[in-house]
Amino acid sequence: MVDRRGVEGVFRREYGRAVAVLIRYFGDIDLAEEAVQEAFAAALVDWAAHGVPPSPAGWIITAARNRAVDRVRREAVRGGKEAEAVRLMDTSPRADELRLIFICCHPALGLPARVALTLRLLGGLGTAEIARAFLVPESTMAQRLVRAKGKIRDAGIPYRIPRDEELPDRLPGVLAVLYLIFNEGYAASGGDTLTRDDLAAEAIRLARRLVALMPDEPEARGLLALMLLIHARRPARVGADGRLIRLADQDRGRWNAGLVSEGRELVRQCLRRGRPGPYQIQAAINAVHSDAETDWRQILSLYDQLTVHAGGSVVALHRAVAVAEVHGPAVALEIVDGLDGLDGHYMRDAVRADLLRRLGRRREAAEAYREARELTSNAAEKRFLAESLESVTGPPEVAEGSTGPPEVADGSAGPPGVAEGSAAPPEVADGGRASQ
Amino acid sequence: MKQYLLSIYQPDGDPPPPEILDPIMQGLATLNDEMRASGTWVFHAGLHPGSTATVVRAGGLLTDGPFTEGKEHLGGFTVINAEDLDEALTWAGRMADIVAPLPIEVRPLA
Repeated sequence: MVDRRGVEGVFRREYGRAVAVLIRYFGDIDLAEEAVQEAFAAALVDWAAHGVPPSPAGWIITAARNRAVDRVRREAVRGGKEAEAVRLMDTSPRADELRLIFICCHPALGLPARVALTLRLLGGLGTAEIARAFLVPESTMAQRLVRAKGKIRDAGIPYRIPRDEELPDRLPGVLAVLYLIFNEGYAASGGDTLTRDDLAAEAIRLARRLVALMPDEPEARGLLALMLLIHARRPARVGADGRLIRLADQDRGRWNAGLVSEGRELVRQCLRRGRPGPYQIQAAINAVHSDAETDWRQILSLYDQLTVHAGGSVVALHRAVAVAEVHGPAVALEIVDGLDGLDGHYMRDAVRADLLRRLGRRREAAEAYREARELTSNAAEKRFLAESLESVTGPPEVAEGSTGPPEVADGSAGPPGVAEGSAAPPEVADGGRASQ
Repeated sequence: MKQYLLSIYQPDGDPPPPEILDPIMQGLATLNDEMRASGTWVFHAGLHPGSTATVVRAGGLLTDGPFTEGKEHLGGFTVINAEDLDEALTWAGRMADIVAPLPIEVRPLA
């Protein structure tokens, strides 16, 4: 029995691949997209009447190709492009998909454009869906996509897989786009919660594809592990009343055990390969956090490693949280107060506030909580900070250790303020020179 | 094969002293030679400062100075042949290393 949802499932899995193959045939992104969309529309009718074909993906590609050929004949303008496109060498489906990934994440495109293209062309998301997820008007998102595709066409951004020597520069750009999509889903800074869950799931799906396509890239594997370990905690992260629950207080029974064990296994695979990088180390940190007892010394040593691979104030801030657990809040506060470049990041003030509270400096703590509350737009975080503030301004008998910065201590909250139009996740240097 | 315009934007005012400028000009000359040898080079030129520019509008209306406002203006440009944007960006990257900290704008010719 074929219904809309059956076709929808094939659509999610196969849309990107089909578009990738069609771009190779015709050298034209718009033509490829239109043809694949028409093929799926036809599938809804045809499969309902005749059942799902043995190879749904093959059916879609053949149908899309026929439609595109018809159109090219009708318009007779794209002949040159077709001839040009056919010269491409590697015609395996793997190569098609990788080419599409690298064109969507090309460093000559701004990061918002890369994110939009990736969700559109690889994820098959509609313009309206992407616009909703990123809280921008649909017309803005449509314009962004048109402009990006126009630049790919007119500036001659090549439809090819980077050479081995280019990969160290290009792969981090792809990983940054996927992580940004994931964080946008994770941060849930507003809007439709369901759409945002979908974003995180889509980022994981794309990361799985990337690992399948590039099995020898440990950072891709590390990114997938990182996403899975964070995503596994999602059900436990927010209480029934919408309240944020920090890692130490989460009900581990509500973690998704399957995702945790898959993430941990990926981390072990990365360790065996012995080529660490920023995503792998962050995944390892989250794997340690998923142990029954948190080994803060191990976490601190992982942050020391991470600092070598990806320095920066955000990493230093997360490291300071681990320092507080190992060497005490006074040492950590000294580090936090010495950090530059975090003005306007609520997490800096949230961490400071917590350290000051633990040192018994309640008035300063209250001030820092207030500042942090001003700086975040997330309702759940605001509420958490307001309660923390009460704990230091209220009666003095509030139990020590009852509050703390939300999620900060687990090193998983991702970069604070990864918002629409912001730079790449600050923890991980973006390989792209010309981004933004 | 496509063609790309590589533009160097430089701040208005006096050029840097010879001890800074000379190695830059030498570097650019070497790069141009390499571009010629590889069939990449199409044309290049340096420009007098923006203050020497005249803008002409319909009806013979003239204004003194460059069209765009600002403290930086086009100082020179190179037109190259390249297979695609990646190749053009690689050449531009080498040029940017020579003229650092000045940026290179890469635009495809229509």
